[in-house]
Amino acid sequence: MNNTELNRILIVSALLFFIGVYGFLTRRNMITMLMAVEIMLNSVTINFVAFNKYLYADKMDGLFFTIFIITIAAAEAAVAIAIIINLYRNFNSIDINDSATMKY
Amino acid sequence: MIFVNMMDLMNAELGIVIILFILLFMKILGKPESNSTLLNLTNALLVLNLVVVLFLNSDGVLFNGMFHTNHTIALEKGILLFGTLIISLQSFKWLMHHKHAAEFYILLLSSLLGMFYMISSGNFLIFYLGLELASIPLAALANFNLKEKKSSEAALKLILLSAFASAIMLFGISILYGTTGTLSFSEVSLLISGGSLQILSIVFIFTGFAFKLSAVPFHFWTADVYEGAPIAITSFLSVISKAAMVFVFISVLSPLFVSAPAVWYMVFLIIIVLTMAFGNLFAIRQNNIKRFIAFSSITQVGYILLALSAGNKPGAAAAIYFMMVYIFSNLGALGVISLVSAQTGLENISDYRGFYKTNPVYAWILSISIFSLAGIPPTAGFFGKMFLVIAGASKGNSMIIAFASLNMVVSLYYYLKIIKAIFIDPNDSPVPALKPGFSIAAGLAVCMFGIIFTGFAGGFYDYVIKTCGF
Repeated sequence: MNNTELNRILIVSALLFFIGVYGFLTRRNMITMLMAVEIMLNSVTINFVAFNKYLYADKMDGLFFTIFIITIAAAEAAVAIAIIINLYRNFNSIDINDSATMKY
Repeated sequence: MIFVNMMDLMNAELGIVIILFILLFMKILGKPESNSTLLNLTNALLVLNLVVVLFLNSDGVLFNGMFHTNHTIALEKGILLFGTLIISLQSFKWLMHHKHAAEFYILLLSSLLGMFYMISSGNFLIFYLGLELASIPLAALANFNLKEKKSSEAALKLILLSAFASAIMLFGISILYGTTGTLSFSEVSLLISGGSLQILSIVFIFTGFAFKLSAVPFHFWTADVYEGAPIAITSFLSVISKAAMVFVFISVLSPLFVSAPAVWYMVFLIIIVLTMAFGNLFAIRQNNIKRFIAFSSITQVGYILLALSAGNKPGAAAAIYFMMVYIFSNLGALGVISLVSAQTGLENISDYRGFYKTNPVYAWILSISIFSLAGIPPTAGFFGKMFLVIAGASKGNSMIIAFASLNMVVSLYYYLKIIKAIFIDPNDSPVPALKPGFSIAAGLAVCMFGIIFTGFAGGFYDYVIKTCGF
């Protein structure tokens, strides 16, 4: 009973994770790429909460980890958006193909 | 009681925090005076902290097993702090007239603080917090030349890819949590049985690590970030950040996955072969000297992973010893490169033609550092690589050892290309005579002393072996 519920949640989170990976690899807009990373992080939080609720409900490790992930994702997004704004001032574009001055 | 205990065990971290607060208050309250007071004060405090870390350390555990420290970890922290100090000395001239010198140190030391917590972590939560604290300020630092296009491009690549890598690693951690029910390293390592879900999580976690270590096939950000970032940050990324990841590998990941040796070793082998081969092949074709350093450092990561693949104490000791040697040799080379770049803006290998005619002393410093990177016998780099290969050979896999030796020979070609440019190639307008300040000269002198001393005297290796405890 519980396991089917857990399985469904895990399938959703795995799908979400790979949607994030796909978005990160295909999208060329920097903000959208950042959003794709956030989707990946959200799938991880779903994983943690689900495992905690269904398998290890006696301890709260997973929930605490979730809170920390959300906090750090916010910090990361703040720095990334600051960098993107500065990059926009230099290149006048937030398309990743326009800001490829360095190649091997 | 807990407070006294904390002061004792967390002295390295608390020292960095105190320096951070001093810098913040100097920035907020102080008048816009010249930077020299600030720089000298920070350097002095870093030296003080280094002395504290190296001589006042003890074993212990804090916060219910979340934070642990011992003599090996203290030595690793000391190495990181020492490297940061050398970088700080070398960037003295660049920061002297920089408007944001205080911010530079605040970001740099926050990153170092994150690395310290990462190395001391006993739990995935602290490990993740330390990892992010180490990598987010680095992206801001890579963007330190705000007006420069390359710098902001480098920062964007660093922040997006490090966020991507940590998301992948977190997914692995969440699966591992699902299969074991705990986040503490010591409990997880007992519960790993090698089921298919756990193998998946090992691969995910390893991927995150390989990104940060810039092992092939996760190395694409390395060269661009190294080229775009200011040279002080390039030094920090190529030496300190890499060393921190290697140390985490030694103290955290290797004990964690000893119970799944077969998978672990296979993953290692594939990554090692790819890393050494691709690093070498791409290094051959570089003309920008920072990109060159980037690819040569990728190759060095391959050798380090070779020693770590043994998964035993000699491997760990060899890696710690090599990181120390690598800090000396890479910072020696990058010190001269940053001096040339700060004074003339030249960053190509072809610009170094005829360097010996105008700057014989710096030409020798650069050459000795490069010889040490290549592993030519009298320098420390030779011994470092020898111990790495010997440790890697303990598994009895002779093919991989042969491949590593072959790669060392190939790498000689591109290292000697720089030596040839410095000493042999003619040039009508070589780099003019360089004028370093006292602190840059001091930083270079420390590097030279380190390369020669750790090469000729075996004392340091014995010390590492002794602190690793066997």
